Amino acid sequence: MADIKLPANKVQELRDICAKFNHEKGELINVLHAAQGIFGYLPAEVQDIVAEELNVSVAHVYGVVTFYSFFTMTPKGKYPISICMGTACYVRGAEKVLDEFKRLLDLKVGETSANGDFSISCLRCVGACGLAPVVTVGEKVYGRVAPEDVKGIIAEYK
Amino acid sequence: MTPEEVIDEIKRSGLRGRGGGGFPTGLKWELTRKVKAEQKYVVCNADEGDPGAFMDRSILEGDPHTVLEAMAINGYCTEASKGLIYIRAEYPLAIERLKIAIDQAREYGLLGDDIFGTGFSFDIELRYGAGAFVCGEETALIHSMEGLRGEPTVKPPFPSESGYKGAPTNVNNVETYASVPVILLKGADWFSSIGTEKSKGTKVFALAGKVNNVGLVEVPMGTTLREVIFDIGGGIKGGKKFKAVQTGGPSGGCLTEKHLDIPIDYDNLIASGSMMGSGGMIVMDEDDCMVSVAKFYLDFTVEESCGKCAPCRIGNKRLYEMLDTITQGKGTVEDLSKLRNLANVIKDTSLCGLGQTSPNPVLSTMDNFYDEYLAHVKDHKCPSGQCKALMSYIIKEDACVGCTLCARVCPVDAISGEKKMPHVIDQSICIKCGACFEKCKFDAIFIE
Repeated sequence: MADIKLPANKVQELRDICAKFNHEKGELINVLHAAQGIFGYLPAEVQDIVAEELNVSVAHVYGVVTFYSFFTMTPKGKYPISICMGTACYVRGAEKVLDEFKRLLDLKVGETSANGDFSISCLRCVGACGLAPVVTVGEKVYGRVAPEDVKGIIAEYK
Repeated sequence: MTPEEVIDEIKRSGLRGRGGGGFPTGLKWELTRKVKAEQKYVVCNADEGDPGAFMDRSILEGDPHTVLEAMAINGYCTEASKGLIYIRAEYPLAIERLKIAIDQAREYGLLGDDIFGTGFSFDIELRYGAGAFVCGEETALIHSMEGLRGEPTVKPPFPSESGYKGAPTNVNNVETYASVPVILLKGADWFSSIGTEKSKGTKVFALAGKVNNVGLVEVPMGTTLREVIFDIGGGIKGGKKFKAVQTGGPSGGCLTEKHLDIPIDYDNLIASGSMMGSGGMIVMDEDDCMVSVAKFYLDFTVEESCGKCAPCRIGNKRLYEMLDTITQGKGTVEDLSKLRNLANVIKDTSLCGLGQTSPNPVLSTMDNFYDEYLAHVKDHKCPSGQCKALMSYIIKEDACVGCTLCARVCPVDAISGEKKMPHVIDQSICIKCGACFEKCKFDAIFIE
């Protein structure tokens, strides 16, 4: 089923990490965190390797990957945009901000733009409720975002 | 102090679990102590998943040492030599600071083998969460630490008998642990002198939403909601009218004007149809539609339900669909009784705390804002003007000067009219985008 060719050096890095965790199946989540750090996402090919190294079924790995919202099977954009949909942000109008991002980038939540630049996702809470509504682009945090600000935020990355 | 004396002190202090359940902490420790086993574990639940709450993050970033100290004290009491902190990956700064604090503690000999020559050994490791609200439930959290899907299991057996890797495990929340060192320093009598009869000490709340001063507030148990929202929070933003306050996150409920003078503690909040939860407090004003708020929480629960038990997996989805129908203006009065009935069934039959409390936002809004539900299903109107499908934009004939601006910005050409003559919006074409409303310079367009 291998459709994507993973770079050999990154595969080796992943195998080394599994070895560092003693191929312990209880460390699956820690291994997946590291794997997502290496590849940026967790395609089926990566899950195959993890399953093999930790001696568990691919179904088991897939079950865990799809259970937790932090893990993703689609690559994120170069500038991943996340809109916080926690209650505090929701009450302060996060939905309108999200709609504006969707409209301007012509993307749905969970999609990545064709040129690989932008992706949109929703976050549950980044714990910055005092700055609601909050948007993050990569590591950068934007607070008190209004729908009118969205155009300017996107322009910073174009 | 002997382990028994420490446990006794915690019991006498009246400290109850700050994660939401409110279980007496000393009793929990005693239960874990009583079970005989080779290996036991101390777990700190730092998977703060309640959206809108960030008190644990502030403790972990500001004073991680106090949590480490309390975990070691717990290890001393329960004869556990290993501590694990389950922290969400969304808190990178808290993780970094915890790592520094653990290294420092090891350096000072506060963690490690044979601490200060007492023969007591204790060390702490971190485990990362990966974004699953249900992992706040202790059995689900333990499964997640074992590298499994974070699905809860039936209790008993409680973690104090069989927890992490089948060993007796004491699970407490960050804020609970953070209360322990100060109780032992200042004494149980000091701690229990603060608070109400059954809820002792202070509680941190994350005040957010439509208040002027947002942020974390620590108040003695027994403070009223009014004091928190109006004195500390500085009242409602923009001089609007207070409508409701949501406490307890997705498991809690919406309280109203009539609840404002109730002293906040575990039991009073439950009696009012909400709960303490981890301490989220979201204030809403007159512009918020309570049906939409209930729908928002259900959307969260549907996504976060682990799918193991049918009432939570299927029931919440159906609840969400019914609420969606109502906000679309397609609901009927019969739907309201169905809604309540299903909510009660989910409450009674779900496996874990998530499902048992997930209908609370629906039930509490139905109890306190029934008129609003009725307006949606009977008159097909949303009194707060939040439900898009239920509102219409209308042009006031006498205020419209016929500048044609609205007709030009309308993306679907729903507005027609001669120049310098009042315009009309064709409701069958209008998509309620609000573009005309925002652009009109003469305030001639209103929402009904």
